[in-house]
Amino acid sequence: MKFFTEENAELAQEIIGRYPKPRSAMIPLLHLAQEQEGWVTDEAMTEIAELVGTTSAEVLGTCSFYEMFKRKPVGKYVINICTTMSCALMGAGDLMKHAESRLGVKSGGSTPDGLFTLEGAECQAACTEAPCLQVNYRHQYRVTPDQFDQLVEDLASSDSDIPEHGVLSQIRQHIPADKFVGSTPPEDVVSAPVWLSEAGGQ
Amino acid sequence: MTQMAGTPIPHAPGFIANTTPRIVTSRFDYEDSYTLARYEATDGYQGLKKALQQTPEEVHNEVRDATLLGRGGAGFPAGVKWGFCPPEVWPRYLVVNGDESEPGTYKDRLLMELDPHQLIEGCLIACYAVGLSQCFLYIRGEMAVAQERVAQALNDAYAAGYIGKNILGSEFSVDIVLHWGAGAYVVGEETALIESLEGNRGMPRLKPPYFPASIGLYGQPTIVNNVETLSNLPWILEHGSQAFTAIGTETSPGTRMVAVSGHVKRPGVYEIINGTTTFRDLLYGTDMCGGIRNDNQLKAFVPGGGSAPWFTPEQLDLPFEASHVGPQGSMLGSGAIMVMDETTDIPAAALTLTKFYAHESCGKCVPCREGGTWLEQILRRVVEGRGTNRDLDLLIEVGETICPGDFPHAAVASKGIEAVPFPYRMTTICFVGPSAFAPVHSALTLFREEFEAKVSGNDEPTMIEVAVDV
Ligand SMILES: Cc1cc2nc3c(=O)[nH]c(=O)nc-3n(C[C@H](O)[C@H](O)[C@H](O)COP(=O)(O)O)c2cc1C
Ligand code: SF4
Ligand code: FES
Repeated sequence: MKFFTEENAELAQEIIGRYPKPRSAMIPLLHLAQEQEGWVTDEAMTEIAELVGTTSAEVLGTCSFYEMFKRKPVGKYVINICTTMSCALMGAGDLMKHAESRLGVKSGGSTPDGLFTLEGAECQAACTEAPCLQVNYRHQYRVTPDQFDQLVEDLASSDSDIPEHGVLSQIRQHIPADKFVGSTPPEDVVSAPVWLSEAGGQ
Repeated sequence: MTQMAGTPIPHAPGFIANTTPRIVTSRFDYEDSYTLARYEATDGYQGLKKALQQTPEEVHNEVRDATLLGRGGAGFPAGVKWGFCPPEVWPRYLVVNGDESEPGTYKDRLLMELDPHQLIEGCLIACYAVGLSQCFLYIRGEMAVAQERVAQALNDAYAAGYIGKNILGSEFSVDIVLHWGAGAYVVGEETALIESLEGNRGMPRLKPPYFPASIGLYGQPTIVNNVETLSNLPWILEHGSQAFTAIGTETSPGTRMVAVSGHVKRPGVYEIINGTTTFRDLLYGTDMCGGIRNDNQLKAFVPGGGSAPWFTPEQLDLPFEASHVGPQGSMLGSGAIMVMDETTDIPAAALTLTKFYAHESCGKCVPCREGGTWLEQILRRVVEGRGTNRDLDLLIEVGETICPGDFPHAAVASKGIEAVPFPYRMTTICFVGPSAFAPVHSALTLFREEFEAKVSGNDEPTMIEVAVDV
C-alpha cells in the first residue's frame, strides 16, 4: 500500500523536481503528508524516505525537529495562543486561562470530540495586534475572551473558511513546463550563467 | 487613495501610514496591493526592466552605492555581501529569508502578504546582478496567508514572463522556488536556514568556514537576504542609488520598517526614515504611536527585537542608527520595539523572552542548551516568589557561561549605571544562547530592586533539584 494518493504522489514528484537535490523536498513533502492525513504517520515517513533517497530514520530526524509536524493525531483545529513578550504584556496569560476553561483542556491537550487542540505558541509576527492567536496557522488579532468564545462556536458549527489542520497554503506553486529553467545538480553546473558571460563575466 | 497620516489601514492589520517617504510600503493603501494588475499599474517591474538594460556589474554597483543595509538583523550592506562570492565558482544561489520570528518583529510577513511582486522583483534583480542561477524563497511555516499570496504572485509572474526562461525576452533566466518551513525560530539564522533547505534539522553551522557567500547551499556560494532588504531593490533600481541615499543618513540611508508593540497608544508597523528618526519620535510622535497607553510613564523598551539589551527613557532620543545605539549598549536588530509601561512586572516580562530562547535552542551548543534552560528555571522561581538572593547572582553566573565578560547594557544616570557598549563575547555558535541571557541581564542590571523585592525574606538557599541517588 502506498501512502500518498495518486494525485499527491504526482505532486510530490513535481515538488522534488524543483530542487537540485531531492532531499531538499523533505519539509514540503512532510507538509503534504500532514495535509493528506492531518498528522505525519510512520508510513508517510517511510515513503518520503524512498522518494528523496534517504532512510526513514533521517526523515524522522528532520520531522521531529519542527514544531508544526505532529506525530500523533491532533484536533481538526489547532489553536495556538502566542505567549511571547508583546502578547504577554497585552494579556495573553488571561487569554490562555480563558481558553483552557472554555475548551476544558490544558495547553497541549485536545478536546475529546477531536475538534480542538490548544497550544501555547511563540511569537507569531503579529506583535502589534496582541494578544493574538492562530487557528491552523491563520491569524486572529487582538482577541478578547468574548471573541474567543465566538471563534470556537463558529469553528464548531463549521461557520468558518479555515481549512482543516494539515492544509497550509491553499494555493500551490505551479511552474509551467515551457518556462521552467530546470534544476541541475550543482556538480553539473560548471560555468557562469549565460547572462553573466555575455556581459563579460564577473 | 493615500491614507491620512497616522491611520491604520483596515486590510493591512498593524500597518499605519505616516508622513515619511514610502519605499517598500507604497502599495499598502490599495486593497488589491498583492495582485499583478495593481503591481503593474503602479510602476511594478520597472526596476527589473531598468536592470536588464544595464550589465550585471552596473546593477551590482548601483546597489553597493545605495548602502542598503540588511534588514534581517545584522545590518550588513547587501552590495558588499554580494561581492563575497568567490569568483568562478558555479552555481551560485539566492535564498530569501522569510522566516520572520524574532520576538516583536512584524514586517516581512506584511511585505509578503501585501506586496509579493515587489519581493519577487527584488529577487530577480539580485539574481541578475550576482549571477545567481536559482532562487529559493523560504517562508516561515506558520504563515499560511503569506504562502498563498506569494504562491499566487509567483504563478502570475511566471505566466507573464517575469520569471523563468528568457525573462522579458532577454538572456536572463532564473527560477524562483517557493519553499516553506515548519516551525523553528533558529532556522531564521542563515546557516540553519540552509540546513533546513537541504532537508535537515535546522541547526546552525560554524562560521568560519560556513559563511554562506562562500560555502552555502549544497556547499555552493549562496546569498541569503532578508525579505525587506530585497523589497527595497525595485525602488533603488527605478529611482537610482542617489535618490535612496538622499533619504536618511550616509551610513543608514533609506527607510526601514519598524514594529512597535506593547504598551503604546497606537501599536503598529511604521515605515520610518532610517538613521534620523528617534525612539521618541516613534513612541510619542502624533503620527506614530502617540505616547504610552493611559498616559502612563514609560519604564523600559526593547529596541531591536527580543535579542536586544533593553533601553530606558534615558535612551529615547537616540536615532535609528547603529553607530549611536551600539555604544549605548544595544542594537537595532530586526526593527522591533517592545514597550513596557510603569505597570510592568519587569522580572516576569524578562521571563517571557528568556523562555522563548530556551525553548528555541537547537541543542547543538552546551552553554545554550543547558544555560538557557537554567536561566528560565531560575528566573521562573524568582518570578513566582520561590527564589532567593543567591538566585540573582546565579542568573549572572549562568549567563557568563554563555557570554563571558562584560555584557552590554544601557546607562541609567539616576542609578549611577554607565553604559557597556555592544557587542559581547560568546561561547556559542549562534545568537540564540546570548539572547536567552540578554533580557535577564538587562532586567537585573537596570531594575535590580524589582528582583530583590521578589526574593526578600527568602534566605533559605533553594537547593537545585537534581534527581540523582547517591
Ligand atoms: C537566531 C537567529 C535568527 C534569525 N532570524 C532571522 C529571520 O527570521 N529573518 C531574517 O531575515 N534574518 C534572520 N536572522 C539573520 C540572518 O542570519 C541573516 O543575517 C539575514 O537573513 C541576512 O539577510 P540581510 O543581510 O538581508 O539582513 C537571524 C539570525 C539569528 C542568529
Ligand atoms: S547557540 Fe543555541 S541555537 Fe545556536 S547553535 Fe548553539 S545550541 Fe543551537
Ligand atoms: S509576541 Fe505575540 S505575535 Fe509577537
